[in-house]
Amino acid sequence: MSFGYRAIALRGIALAAIVAAFGAPAMAEEVKVVFGSTGSDLTDFPDLVKPWEDKTGNKVSVVPMPSSTSDQFAQYRLWLAAGTSDIDLYQTDVIWAPQLAQHFVDLTAAAKDLIPTEFPSIIQSQTVGGKLVALPIFTDAPALYYRKDLLEKYKQPVPKTWDEMAASAKIIMDGERAAGSKDFWGFVFQGNAYEGLTCDALEWVKSFGGGQIVEPDGTISINNPKAVKALETAKSWVGTIAPAGVLSYQEEEARGVWQTGNAAFMRNWPYAYSLGNGADSKVKGLFDVTTLPVGAEGDSSAATLGGWNIAVSKYSKHQDAAISLALYLAGPEAQKWRAIHETHLPTIQALYDDADVAKAAPIIPQWKNVFLNAVPRPSAPTLGKYNEVSAKFWSAVHDTLSGNGSAADNLAKLEGDLTDIKGDNW
Amino acid sequence: MTTPDSFQGQNAGPSLQQQRARAAFWFLAPMLFALFCVAAWPLLRTFYFSMTDTTLDNLYAGKWIWFKNYLRVISLPSGAVQYRGTLVDPNWWNAVWNTVRFSIVSVLFESVLGLAVALALNAEFKGRSIVRAAILIPWAIPTIVSAKMWAWMLNDQYGIINDLMLKAHLIDHKIAWASTTDTAMIAVLAVDIWKTTPFMALLCLAGLQMVPRDIYEAARIDGIHPVKVFFRITLPLIRPALMVAVIFRMLDALRIFDLVYVLTPNSAATKTMSVISRENMIDFNKFAYGSAQSTLLFAILAVFVSLYIWLGKVDLSGEGRK
Repeated sequence: MSFGYRAIALRGIALAAIVAAFGAPAMAEEVKVVFGSTGSDLTDFPDLVKPWEDKTGNKVSVVPMPSSTSDQFAQYRLWLAAGTSDIDLYQTDVIWAPQLAQHFVDLTAAAKDLIPTEFPSIIQSQTVGGKLVALPIFTDAPALYYRKDLLEKYKQPVPKTWDEMAASAKIIMDGERAAGSKDFWGFVFQGNAYEGLTCDALEWVKSFGGGQIVEPDGTISINNPKAVKALETAKSWVGTIAPAGVLSYQEEEARGVWQTGNAAFMRNWPYAYSLGNGADSKVKGLFDVTTLPVGAEGDSSAATLGGWNIAVSKYSKHQDAAISLALYLAGPEAQKWRAIHETHLPTIQALYDDADVAKAAPIIPQWKNVFLNAVPRPSAPTLGKYNEVSAKFWSAVHDTLSGNGSAADNLAKLEGDLTDIKGDNW
Repeated sequence: MTTPDSFQGQNAGPSLQQQRARAAFWFLAPMLFALFCVAAWPLLRTFYFSMTDTTLDNLYAGKWIWFKNYLRVISLPSGAVQYRGTLVDPNWWNAVWNTVRFSIVSVLFESVLGLAVALALNAEFKGRSIVRAAILIPWAIPTIVSAKMWAWMLNDQYGIINDLMLKAHLIDHKIAWASTTDTAMIAVLAVDIWKTTPFMALLCLAGLQMVPRDIYEAARIDGIHPVKVFFRITLPLIRPALMVAVIFRMLDALRIFDLVYVLTPNSAATKTMSVISRENMIDFNKFAYGSAQSTLLFAILAVFVSLYIWLGKVDLSGEGRK
């Protein structure tokens, strides 16, 4: 009998503890945000949202996702198709707006004060049929990271063309390997078969003057001699100046090789800038950034437009709190914080002239023109078929890089596949 | 189960056998209902979806289009005729080939290695129970975890496999196991064999322990060579257990998804039927097309298993005639 009483007493205590833990701030709401973890944004997030939590009394909890945007998209599409109310806010890639628009709340009215401070092109990219699907929280345009100490040591210039880059990379790599760093490589980039390879390869093709896969008017332009040349050039790096394993690298794997001091050049997004200058980085203070190289003298450099946004789920049960958090995350305070701590490019124009930002992250004011001239991926003309187009493109590139068919054959086949996918109309 | 025979000569109410069958049916009913809900219903629904043009944006808005996801004929304005659909999709057939290749090789290796391990474990030695438990560890680790673990071990730059092989002078440069087209399938196979051999070993061991010991004693007294004992006594006796184990593994291998998805995502060299069907359903928003591929996957699985059982029977009867 005594056992029964004890059990009841224990249950009572447990209940009291639960009430004490969760019941007290009865009015506070818990808002769930989901995003992929790249660099330090997952560990930084509690600090970032602390001011908002203090002000509103609400709590933010994070549902972390893998850093591959392709993986995130698949999960989000499933959740949204099922109309789940478990997630209130989604961090969305710049290319997703047309594909997921119907599941998100229109933020036009809520953000009416914020919109005029932003770059119009970014707001445009997140507007689908007059509905503002998501608020930009940072934009992205990649850079060529280079080791200034090694360029100096081997008397190499900062490369302007891809061929110059490859030549310098080879010289530095041979020199460093002869000096004992056996794992040293010339160049690392994102060669895995995923959305990131679409970004990298679009830059190669565009900077050789080979168009942008599908042009804004919907024409399929990818099968041309300049694009073939671009891919052949990239193919020549794999196994020579870039490790063969680059074909499985995403952003973080490339940064891993770079930040341990094992690469002379890296193509990556600006987030790697502050991480590379972190206390635990072997390349701290030893590197600088420049715009990505061009195909030949006279071509113009191309950077793929990236960037992330925050969208409020139509199925959220805490929509007001979620919208409030979205406005905070997209607002000047949070964007400045991200610019300083994570070198994420702001989408608010005034922050490019901000003295604190310029001091903490000199890359940012320098990068304003790069991202303003960035090449968008063809998500606007291809609409709901973008993922398939992108997957076909990255597969063709990945095949070429891994020696599975020539660039010319793969691009000719790609043209056929894309024409198929397009059908009568995108 | 009632047979017509049980009715004969039973005019006074249901026989005891009938009563028992009826009682058994009611006991089985909840299980049958559960099976219908979790197995038959999703299968029928997938089949239904494969005949529509459903997308993930709205699962209830699909229109019935018969077999167009499987095969359809398009007449181009130029007068040429083209075939479209899963049945003429080279990506699909590449995935089928990958899956079949993977299944046959992995099941073959797992069966042979599993049997070898089981024979070793069947012997009496000190600490046998610890070894038996230890060998099950790879099987106990969730596939996602072991796939990720192997992905790191096989990593070209930091991976321990490359490091060890370099030190042993087996290779002269680091190999990107999971990302090179030629080695991606080998990597997937190696991890799957590592993971699943213990399962096969366990099933084989269960079969081995059913074999009466006195047969071996008799064989030893007759002075029969151990190899002959294995092929003439052990193998025929554990054959039924082995057959079931192989069917289980074959079913599992043909629908492999997690290992490939984690270890070599998006590599055309390893994409299996499940992977490509998921890709179409979710990534490409072609839910119906992916459903058609899932349906085909089910059909292929059914064919494989029937074929296997049928071939197994032929063999058995051949032995009976001897």
